[in-house]
Amino acid sequence: MSQIDTTPQQTLTQKLANPTRFMQLSGTLMPWFAGAAAALILYALYLAFFVAPEDYQQGQTVKIMFIHVPAAWLGMLGYALIAVSSFGYLVFRHPLADVSAKAAAPIGAAFTFLALATGSLWGKPMWGTYWVWDARLTSMLILLFLYFGLMALRSAIEDEALAGKLCAVLGLVGVSILPIIKFSVDWWNTLHQPASVIRMDGPTIHPDLLWPLLISALGFSLLFFALHMKGIRNEILRRRVKSLTMAEVDRARGVSASAAAE
Amino acid sequence: MSAFWTLLKRDLLLQVREGGAVGTALGFYLIVVTMMPLGLGPDLNLLSRIAPGVLWIALLLSALLSLPRIFEADDEDGSLDVIATGDLPLELATAAKALAHWISTGIPLALLAPVLGLLLNLDLGAYPVLVATMLVGTPAISFLGAAGAALTLRARRSGLLLALLVLPLYIPTLIFGIAAISAATGGPSGFQASFLILAAISLFSLVIGPLAAAAAIRFQTQ
Repeated sequence: MSQIDTTPQQTLTQKLANPTRFMQLSGTLMPWFAGAAAALILYALYLAFFVAPEDYQQGQTVKIMFIHVPAAWLGMLGYALIAVSSFGYLVFRHPLADVSAKAAAPIGAAFTFLALATGSLWGKPMWGTYWVWDARLTSMLILLFLYFGLMALRSAIEDEALAGKLCAVLGLVGVSILPIIKFSVDWWNTLHQPASVIRMDGPTIHPDLLWPLLISALGFSLLFFALHMKGIRNEILRRRVKSLTMAEVDRARGVSASAAAE
Repeated sequence: MSAFWTLLKRDLLLQVREGGAVGTALGFYLIVVTMMPLGLGPDLNLLSRIAPGVLWIALLLSALLSLPRIFEADDEDGSLDVIATGDLPLELATAAKALAHWISTGIPLALLAPVLGLLLNLDLGAYPVLVATMLVGTPAISFLGAAGAALTLRARRSGLLLALLVLPLYIPTLIFGIAAISAATGGPSGFQASFLILAAISLFSLVIGPLAAAAAIRFQTQ
């Protein structure tokens, strides 16, 4: 009584190409991600404020690091995610890749902004100024501009399918030129490095500070993925509502057209 | 390959016979550079120190203004569809149009820069280097700009959007152009290194610009 399985073998990405299956899977996964993210971030904040020692030079301000560093990592991860999604959309025509790229842009931009804002607040007591034209600050600012460009291009084109394709092209152009920008900014900085700037990565981090940082980074990463998943789900639902509305309009038009013909 | 040269010649002829396109970019360049001393004060020492940066940034803005023209007119009268469906690969067609933009806008702007340098009290020794870096760096502006122009071809408020998309991509060109000039006028780093990297960025743009522009046009003319 052995049944022969006639369905072809599918890889995980192919299975997820079915939006309904994705909605089911993400619907069960998302609460766990969100819950774990909340628990880990709360635990990391507890460690940061009550357990981790003060830095002998920076005092309490070192605690900004537990938000700042994960935000910077996730800001960059967001763009990597957009690049992979763009590639997947242009080459494999994966139907969810465009949705994923669209959902990742505002989240990545928000984390990049958070990294810049917390870094600026950290810079005031440490460097004596909110902004320095340091290589890292400048390249993060440019990353934020790239996010803005992607979001602006998508909002400026009415046809959603076309907007997705053009944003994928822009995402790939951006990722290919990002290393050059990063490299150029680093190089430029070594020319004009102001002597007053204290290097952030000067002393190697003490384990007492490293562990809360890693827990915080994990928590924020889970938060990122939970938000990304939610963004994809919202976009899928929005597109469904839109196509249903369009079908409704078409049917109403068809009724009125046939009524006019009679 | 003859189709490539025909397209290039056609675009250049159109630029010349339409009139005004090149002149407008040059006039904009002149007026932006003239505004600088008015805004910063007529201190000649300060002006000569910031002159390379001012000239480069004004050049980027002037070139940016003329970018939408690369594909706009052809899209409006339908010849872009003919080019897209023609025998010439679209990548080569977009390369020809970007090259025409470089010859008709990039080169004149680069050659005007030393004249404007006089207004900013630029050190005379820096003139050959200034023109050399601009001639080597401006292809990147035209070819990356062509990609941006193709992406925003049918977008709303495309002019503003184009600036937002393309200016971040121009940052490496600006940085290494300035680095080469400051190296030649007594800076700490070697001139050759910056100059070669500038050339490398232009060559890189030469490849990626037409590819991206062709992909964008293909999606829009389908």
